[in-house]
Amino acid sequence: MSIPSFIPHEKMSDETFVLNLGPQHPATHGVLRVKLTMDGEYIARAEPVPGYIHRMHEKMGENRTYAQFLPNTSRIDYLSAMHYTHAFVGAVERAARITVPPRAEYVRVITSELNRISSHLVWFGAFLLDLGGFTPLLYAFDDREKILDLLEGITGSRLTYCYYRFGGLYNDVDADFLKGTRDFTAYMRPRLDMYRALVTDNIILRKRLESIGPISAEMCRKYGATGPVIRGSGVAYDVRRIEPYSVYPEFQFDIPVYPEGDCMARYLVRMEEIVQSLRIIDQALDQLPEGPVMAEKVPRVIKLPPGDYCYAVEAARGRFAVRIVSDNKDIPYRVKLRAPSFSNLSLYEEASQGMMLPDALALMGSLDLVIPDIDR
Amino acid sequence: MKSPIGEVIRGFMSLVTGMGVTIRQFFKPNVTVQYPHASLKMTGRYRGHIELVRDPATGLSLCIACKSCEKACPSDCIAVEGVKRDGEKRKSATDFKVDFTKCSLCGSCVEVCPTDALKFSRNYNLAGTSREAYYLDLLKRLQTENK
Ligand code: SF4
Ligand code: SF4
Repeated sequence: MSIPSFIPHEKMSDETFVLNLGPQHPATHGVLRVKLTMDGEYIARAEPVPGYIHRMHEKMGENRTYAQFLPNTSRIDYLSAMHYTHAFVGAVERAARITVPPRAEYVRVITSELNRISSHLVWFGAFLLDLGGFTPLLYAFDDREKILDLLEGITGSRLTYCYYRFGGLYNDVDADFLKGTRDFTAYMRPRLDMYRALVTDNIILRKRLESIGPISAEMCRKYGATGPVIRGSGVAYDVRRIEPYSVYPEFQFDIPVYPEGDCMARYLVRMEEIVQSLRIIDQALDQLPEGPVMAEKVPRVIKLPPGDYCYAVEAARGRFAVRIVSDNKDIPYRVKLRAPSFSNLSLYEEASQGMMLPDALALMGSLDLVIPDIDR
Repeated sequence: MKSPIGEVIRGFMSLVTGMGVTIRQFFKPNVTVQYPHASLKMTGRYRGHIELVRDPATGLSLCIACKSCEKACPSDCIAVEGVKRDGEKRKSATDFKVDFTKCSLCGSCVEVCPTDALKFSRNYNLAGTSREAYYLDLLKRLQTENK
């Protein structure tokens, strides 16, 4: 008799026990706690308990000026700092009608895409670590290190960049960065072939991910899951296409979509996204205009006209949106941060029901959760 | 229908290919830098804790104690005091303290300063046994560096 990989809820026995996964478990990547009600090896119910690293980012946004809140935005999802800063400066620029010079927009796209690659590389390493493979992490971090060095060269930090300013950038990119980025895109493509040979085609990985943890497009819509999760369920939802922002409409890139909805589909979406990001970077480098990187008339103290403003970006984990409500003071009335990881986690309870524990961990890894992003 | 034997062979081949990658990597040069015996070159825009800039003409700080940095700092870690000395057009700082335990190295203070009196230091070897070790007195640092 073979062991089923899944038990439907009706067939569960009544003899369950409660198992705490986290908040200090390596597979929860931070301090997420999941209260598991187990029927033997099978999950009867998985209840995520977030909040262990809640830092009141939204509240902090409401008690300080726009410029003072800016550094916070790169600390919400620390792996996707560029995108988050982009959303916040974008919202303020939209409200204050600041026009950003083209060079700054192009550099924003380049750095955002580099950030996306580095985020996916961390996910790649950490996900495989969850599945029990240690070595790929070292390869991924080797490549990620190159991106961090590039970004450190222009921003001065390696993780919490905070590189964008209202109306432009902190400073211009230098020739070293441009050359380094070119070299990086040329270097990275063969590395992806290597990843394919080492990991993607590996029979053990395939067996562990294929048809495991299926998430339907319906479920994604129900919980508001975005990013690689919804694209791995066959929906081509990408903010860069759906609500184009910055200079993304000027580039050609595909939105990778896999209809299977299983862990492997989400894995393949992210690997393919790295290729697309490289494509965007190459185009942006080719078209990079000269000129200033800061808008001319940016008020020293930002005060937004009364109203309700929203700006969404495609962060590495999905749609990140900032909503600012202003009542004509230099401090916002309300800052709402719509974090993708929170919605992606929300579907976990439904999706993991009946799964075996090791498979449920593969599912959790494939969602690419960043806990500070969930808790904010 | 895939034949199970074909799958076993393909699966085995995938493992061999993966092993090939590992073996090739084995003969590549070692890239680990043996810190502290050797260290990497720092980037030019590295952000260490903030530091006062010296006026090349007078050897004193460029700070005019305008307190812009104090106001701009999101974490409230700067405290500046200054006086206007006789015969000087501007104020000069008499006290410049930074609470580095709260600093997020955001750089707002450096950007806002009207006289470019602040810069990031390149000091990254920070270790201390007490909280107080990170209450930095920047004026004192500037003076002791003088000697
Ligand atoms: S770097 Fe930022 S947090 Fe640190 S002292 Fe300057 S303004 Fe304050
Ligand atoms: S902003 Fe510059 S000049 Fe003004 S108090 Fe700060 S360091 Fe001194």
